[in-house]
Amino acid sequence: MSAISRLKYGSPNRFEAFSWYFMRVSGAVLLLVAVLHLLIMHVWYGVDAIDYRFVVGRWASPLVQVYDLALLLFAITHGVNGTRWVIDDYIHSRGWNLTLKAALYVLTVIFILMGATVIFTFDPDTSTTALNTVAAVFAR
Amino acid sequence: MASAVASIWQGITYRGKDGHYAWMLHRAGGLGIVLFLFLHILDIFLVGVGEEIFEFFLFIYHSAPAKVFVMALLFGVFFHAFNGVRIILVDFWPEKFSNLKMQRTLFRIVVVMTLLFFIPTAIITVAPIFGVDLALSQLVGG
Repeated sequence: MSAISRLKYGSPNRFEAFSWYFMRVSGAVLLLVAVLHLLIMHVWYGVDAIDYRFVVGRWASPLVQVYDLALLLFAITHGVNGTRWVIDDYIHSRGWNLTLKAALYVLTVIFILMGATVIFTFDPDTSTTALNTVAAVFAR
Repeated sequence: MASAVASIWQGITYRGKDGHYAWMLHRAGGLGIVLFLFLHILDIFLVGVGEEIFEFFLFIYHSAPAKVFVMALLFGVFFHAFNGVRIILVDFWPEKFSNLKMQRTLFRIVVVMTLLFFIPTAIITVAPIFGVDLALSQLVGG
């Protein structure tokens, strides 16, 4: 039975069927969003044109912010699910398998928060993000 | 540990020709891309930490040796993207695309598309080492 029909008609492992489907859907999205990001940065502007002012200037546009968030979320979920498959393929010891995957998920949550924070809360006037506010509370 | 090495060795030494090469490149490229993704989130996060530290990271990215890694990344992304389209076609329309002859044709199209995107992008990437700026926005004066 194919993964699609497993998802449609139910199966003992609906999560894996969803995961299989998700890789194809997010992959199709990334074909557009990630490849376009790459062409904009490496072909249109060129990497050497990128500096602090360039990035800050781009985030002044809400459209770029939403685009970057979509790129972040689709790329990291697609990449981490692929990494999960690789861990399951090669790491057969139950302890190591679970340890590596737990570390991967913790890292994923931290990096999504890091990316989203700098995209949406960066203030060019003070060169700080919401993290500075949080840090200031703890430093008091 | 021994079983992991055995599994990886099996994946490399299996002799499946083009389908096998596609699978290996897709997997190795995917792992390379996700590794870079974490590095890239870290460097862009540094924008919020301070201008100096972010620019220091850029100084690394802009160096000539880093451009070799950038080219590997570009090749990896283009191949992963086009090979991903092949996988979607074969998986969702197996009656059309899963026969051996069609799979072989699709793999060749993937290789051609990858090189078609990679070669010009790679030339633009290495050009600054030789003092030439080939970025399209510069060429059209944008």
